[in-house]
Amino acid sequence: MDQDLSAPGILTSRMDEAIGWARKYSLFPYPFVTACCGMEFMSVSCSHYDVDRFGAAFPRFSPRQADVLMVVGTISHKIAPVLRRIYEQMAGPKWVVAFGVCTCTGGFYDNYATVQGIDTILPVDLYIPGCPPRPETVLEGLMLLQKKIQAQGRNA
Amino acid sequence: MSESHETVPQAALKARVAELKASGCNMLVDLTCVDFLGFGAGTKNASPAPEGRRYKLVYRLMELDTATGAVKRRVTLDSWVEEQPPVSVMSLFPNADWLEREVWDMFGVTFADRPNMKRILMYPEFVGHPLRKDYPIKKRQPLIGPADGPARERMTAADLRPRLIE
Repeated sequence: MDQDLSAPGILTSRMDEAIGWARKYSLFPYPFVTACCGMEFMSVSCSHYDVDRFGAAFPRFSPRQADVLMVVGTISHKIAPVLRRIYEQMAGPKWVVAFGVCTCTGGFYDNYATVQGIDTILPVDLYIPGCPPRPETVLEGLMLLQKKIQAQGRNA
Repeated sequence: MSESHETVPQAALKARVAELKASGCNMLVDLTCVDFLGFGAGTKNASPAPEGRRYKLVYRLMELDTATGAVKRRVTLDSWVEEQPPVSVMSLFPNADWLEREVWDMFGVTFADRPNMKRILMYPEFVGHPLRKDYPIKKRQPLIGPADGPARERMTAADLRPRLIE
């Protein structure tokens, strides 16, 4: 490695840094949308807030092609096995976003029907609270997730 | 538009619905149930439920002018549920199928003279009827995951921002 790599036009980086950089701007979300938070998710996706600026605009409706599982809305016990199966079908590396307070803790649905936080059935990477979260909150969360992806398992 | 309300004995329920249908009520808007268990206990309010009756069925019918879309009449029909199951009105209004299944799923009031009585909202593995007043309010029956989720403390200001789990 005694080559001079400082010549103009050459950029040196660590491999995992480069992969992290590429991955964080190429997120393919799977929108698991079950409830009213979906409206905010649509708002984030559309031109006014434009999630495409973060390279995360293109939803994949097949879990096999997605790498971010966006769980958007209340998860009932009835649908919980479906959600876990979707998660298991996704290829790694994959991340899970709990979008809205229902997915974070169950929200005010502390009742017979509702899962009290999807972290009881899935590993969650990012919690976005709010009922529903403002699009700005979602974008802040997305940037946190990008930070985590960039770090590639090292502390962000 | 006229509105009316009547209480009929359970045995006369289906005949009355048929009568209303014949007189022009062309929509069964809703069919639901009320559980009067412990109604008014500890208060001055006496329960309206007759001795030994616990559930009240409520049928809401509507006369809709199909040419103009105007509502001409609304009728509320209710009935205290007796020992025998009430007779299904599915043969008069096909949408009673889902409504009766919902009443059974949530309250456990079953209906006679109809097929396919099974859960509609809850999953088949669910035991009991969750909207009954004696269904334990904290009882959980998850299909996967822990029976009772992690204890959720009150939210703090820190929970109002997105949080990343490293």
